[in-house]
Amino acid sequence: MKIDNSLPLEYGTEQNKLNILGFWIFLGAEVMLFATLFATYFTLENRIGNGPAGAEIFELTPVLIETILLLTSSFTIGLGVHAMRLGRKNAMMTFFAITLLLGLAFLGVEIYEFTHYVHVGAGLQVSAFTGILLTTLGTHGAHVTVGLFWGLFIIMQVKKRGLTPATANKSFIFSLYWHFLDVVWIFIFSFIYLKGMM
Amino acid sequence: MDYFDRFAIPHPSPAIYASMVAIGLTVIAILIGLTYFKKWGYLWREWLTTVDHKRIGIMYIIAALLMLFRGGVDALMMRAQTAVPDNKLLDAQHYNEVFTTHGVVMIIFMAMPFIYALMNFVVPLQIGARDVAFPRLNALSFWLFFMGAMLFNISFVIGGSPDAGWTSYFPLAGNDFSQSVGTNYYLMSIQIAGIGTLISGINFITTIFKMRAPGMKLMKMPMFTWTALITNAIVVFAFPVLTVTLLLGTMDRLFGTHIFSMTNGGMDMLWANLFWVWGHPEVYILILPAFGIYSEIISTFSRRNLYGYTSMVASIVIISFFSFLVWTHHFFTMGQGPLTNSIFSITTMAIAIPTGIKIFNWLLTMRKGKIEFTVPMLYSVGFIPIFTIGGVTGVMLGMASADYQYHNTMFLVAHFHYTIIPGVVFAMLAGLTYWWPKMFGFMLNERIGKWAFWFIAIGFNVTFFPMFFTGLDGQARRMYTYSEASGYGPLNMLSFVGAVGLAIGFALIVYNVYYSTRHSSRNIGSDPWDARTLEWATQTPVQSYNFARTPHVDSIEAFWDYKKKGTPLFKGDIEKIHMPNNSGVPFIMSCIFFVWGFSFVFSMWIPAIITTIAIFACMAHRSFEKDDGHYISVEEIEDTEKDGEVLAYENR
Amino acid sequence: MKRKLTLLSLVIGILAVMAGCEPVMVLDPKGPQAETISNVIWISIATMAIVVIAVFALLVYVVVKYRASKQDADYEPPHIEGNPIVESIIVGIPIIIIIFLSIITVKSTYEVEATPKGYEDQKPLVVYASSSDWKWHFSYPEENIETVNYLYIPTDRALEFRLYSYGPITSFWIPQLGGQKYAMSDMITTLHLAADVPGEYMGRNANFSGKGFAENIFHVEAMPADEFDKWVEEVKATAEPLTEEKFTELLKPGHLGQMTFSGTHLEFLPPPEGHNHGSDQSHEHAHHSDDSHGDVETDHSGH
Repeated sequence: MKIDNSLPLEYGTEQNKLNILGFWIFLGAEVMLFATLFATYFTLENRIGNGPAGAEIFELTPVLIETILLLTSSFTIGLGVHAMRLGRKNAMMTFFAITLLLGLAFLGVEIYEFTHYVHVGAGLQVSAFTGILLTTLGTHGAHVTVGLFWGLFIIMQVKKRGLTPATANKSFIFSLYWHFLDVVWIFIFSFIYLKGMM
Repeated sequence: MDYFDRFAIPHPSPAIYASMVAIGLTVIAILIGLTYFKKWGYLWREWLTTVDHKRIGIMYIIAALLMLFRGGVDALMMRAQTAVPDNKLLDAQHYNEVFTTHGVVMIIFMAMPFIYALMNFVVPLQIGARDVAFPRLNALSFWLFFMGAMLFNISFVIGGSPDAGWTSYFPLAGNDFSQSVGTNYYLMSIQIAGIGTLISGINFITTIFKMRAPGMKLMKMPMFTWTALITNAIVVFAFPVLTVTLLLGTMDRLFGTHIFSMTNGGMDMLWANLFWVWGHPEVYILILPAFGIYSEIISTFSRRNLYGYTSMVASIVIISFFSFLVWTHHFFTMGQGPLTNSIFSITTMAIAIPTGIKIFNWLLTMRKGKIEFTVPMLYSVGFIPIFTIGGVTGVMLGMASADYQYHNTMFLVAHFHYTIIPGVVFAMLAGLTYWWPKMFGFMLNERIGKWAFWFIAIGFNVTFFPMFFTGLDGQARRMYTYSEASGYGPLNMLSFVGAVGLAIGFALIVYNVYYSTRHSSRNIGSDPWDARTLEWATQTPVQSYNFARTPHVDSIEAFWDYKKKGTPLFKGDIEKIHMPNNSGVPFIMSCIFFVWGFSFVFSMWIPAIITTIAIFACMAHRSFEKDDGHYISVEEIEDTEKDGEVLAYENR
Repeated sequence: MKRKLTLLSLVIGILAVMAGCEPVMVLDPKGPQAETISNVIWISIATMAIVVIAVFALLVYVVVKYRASKQDADYEPPHIEGNPIVESIIVGIPIIIIIFLSIITVKSTYEVEATPKGYEDQKPLVVYASSSDWKWHFSYPEENIETVNYLYIPTDRALEFRLYSYGPITSFWIPQLGGQKYAMSDMITTLHLAADVPGEYMGRNANFSGKGFAENIFHVEAMPADEFDKWVEEVKATAEPLTEEKFTELLKPGHLGQMTFSGTHLEFLPPPEGHNHGSDQSHEHAHHSDDSHGDVETDHSGH
């Protein structure tokens, strides 16, 4: 494997460059996926049938907590990648671990939020609005869940194998994924919650 | 026993039971054959675990041809049923299942794998690469598609086929009106195959952007590679829409949401919109690679460079852009008002302009050429007039007011077959014949190939031209029968006769494969067509590493310049080559996906959860795996290249 | 190539003769809307024929002239990249054609989406046409009568159909009077038609809707106004009234013959009126599914 030392480790080999470009294209597809969900959500937003409207069920507190958790985790993973570039393995692993813990906390609050919705009569099967709301949030939540496992595996690999071009590449790609989930959340926060509560 | 009742076919017929037996016997025969000839190991090592883009391409071809015959039998059944008025061959339910599966199989499981077959085989060779960017993902793409196709195909013996049309409009496809599991099969199998396609899209874009031979700038890529690039860009943007659409359909059917339902705020028009936001780009996903294939073939057999390369590239880019802006024309009649319809009419008709440029460029390529009518060229030349009819009727359909009369009629059916068959099927047959010698080391018989072409071309016109008239006479599509008084009888009979002609043509192609395998010369050199692009600069059969030395390119037709002007193509010494290792994980993971899909179809939640975990376990396994591939040594390469034509070329 | 072209022209010839015997429905209009569309179709066919002939002629010319068998063995085809003038012609002419057709399309689309020309000052006859698996229900609110699977209409009068569905999406189509339009469960679509000529016409659901789709046909009869009025009076006098119970029964999937009632179902089962349903919830749940129309809820109208 040829390693080009003039570039950051994660770009160091040909395959690494391919992986990063490929992942950016994958994120392009993910943008389309969430865009479609958002478009569907906006179409069905007011079609509440016999069920409650967004303004009746959204609660600001858990949503704010979720937002803060996820934004912070995006910051910590950025620090993690920075540490990785400096070659500081332990700092990097710590920041990644913090990121995952924040992600886990986010997921916990989201699960609370879902049970709350079911309690106030906004379950999946109530109306077109609740159906698409929970599907959209659920898709994002499922992405976070996958990310937690993925991130965990990466920490384990970095611990075992050290910072090699392969592990650095994976860590960097994972950070892209995590930032992306954050961006999606910002859209969810602004256009689903804030718009819905207004 | 109640548990097993759900697997029974809700609406059986002797034909279905006969197929069950036939499928059972075939499977047993294959298993026995593999065991008897001790081919299990070979199958596993050389095919099921391969990550070689060429082998994957060939597996795509085999799968596509199988599906072509499945879809073709569906088509024959439809034409036979409607050949005479008040026919009792099929009842309404069976006819509905047959046209639904015909559409899905032909679009998703025949046309899609066929274009990916040729892209897989040709694109890395055309850009002088060793493989695609992510060989293992490529294998995963194929196996996901394959398992999706198999899942779809077992529907008619286990649980019942989908019957709501290939567009599967809700609420017709919802639980209220489609109680059988058929539509679940539709949702799950297309979802699985669609994930595979999306992965392919990412893979090929990365490959084309990053792995071109030195000197091959974007504007020096062969036209087929260009179309592959744009096609995959459309795939990446369009397929996530399909993913979401199918997901929402699944939510409605399996988890009781009300997104497309008629109650609790559901919106039946939404499915149609989402479906066609994917569906129309999908049409161009199919047609653009075909355009690329025709460009290569017409240029090769006119012995001329492609006329108007820049405008060809520009037109495919424009087409891909417009393909996302026309979806509403699939339902002008939904009542969205004249303003919306007018806008979408204009965008629709505008697509005719770049398409027209391509037609004229091909004509201008042939002008001043030296045209040889080989089989691939016959398909390409035959494509032009037939596709022109398809294109102009497309413009006619694009005129919203007139569409109010064409919509949902046989006129529409005639139109899209006039575009898809010459546009995709002809192109695939042309491409298959053209690249066949590179794939298998011998050529298909030209004489039988020409007979097949004439049967297909004439049979096609006899089948579909009458539909323009029956459509204008008020025959709606998807009618399983009609009364004698309607007067549709004679023209439908004519269609049936044409369909038989088509069937004979395809049978001749099968015979040709058999005949040529037995009788064709194996001594054909590496460039039997005297072609112009890099794939012909490899050995025949192509070595696993494709090129012993990476080609250097400084024009659109580097290989042609090399042959005619002696511009050097390969520079430097042979070096050891890095190759990816084979892996069984893609195949195993796809098998798990199959079970996963099947569990969802029948709402069996425990296996669904187990398989979901297993799928992620496969991904985790991949994450932890340390697989750096292997190297092929210089000695080994020199040994295999000893008789290689290209080295010989250079040493002359 | 020649073989193929002769065969093709033979086929086209035969078809043209067959089609010539009896004009096809869409091109045999009996009302102003169908006539507008028929004219548009003829214009488009003529324009497109020019394109087809041009392409075919060029193709035949090129293929015949530049065949390898007609050329010297040592003829080397030239390398030509392209020519700006030629390329602007092959872009320019299609653009002109598309602009021409666009103008016709926009104009005619607005025409057929409005009250037919010449009928603007009339009060149209309103008919609510609703579909259920696999029937059509025609409610005449002003006349206060309802029919199943047949439609009587007066000639020389603007007709305004309001379409909706009690099931899958269907498409209301009378080819000789005009284009089709979808009937859907959560909004009303409006179709403007008129008949100039008395006569019997075929009407059908053109959009696939399941097992009984092929037979989802209705009979249309256009008659002079006085005859129509007479028929209305007769129905009012003789037909049995349409009860909610009866209508519920009619909605069950299946085929029915032609039926006639006095009174309409609009009274006890209001149609999903009020467009832009995205923001209007008042009709969502009351009357769509087959099993829920017993209870007419109006509590949401204040939403």
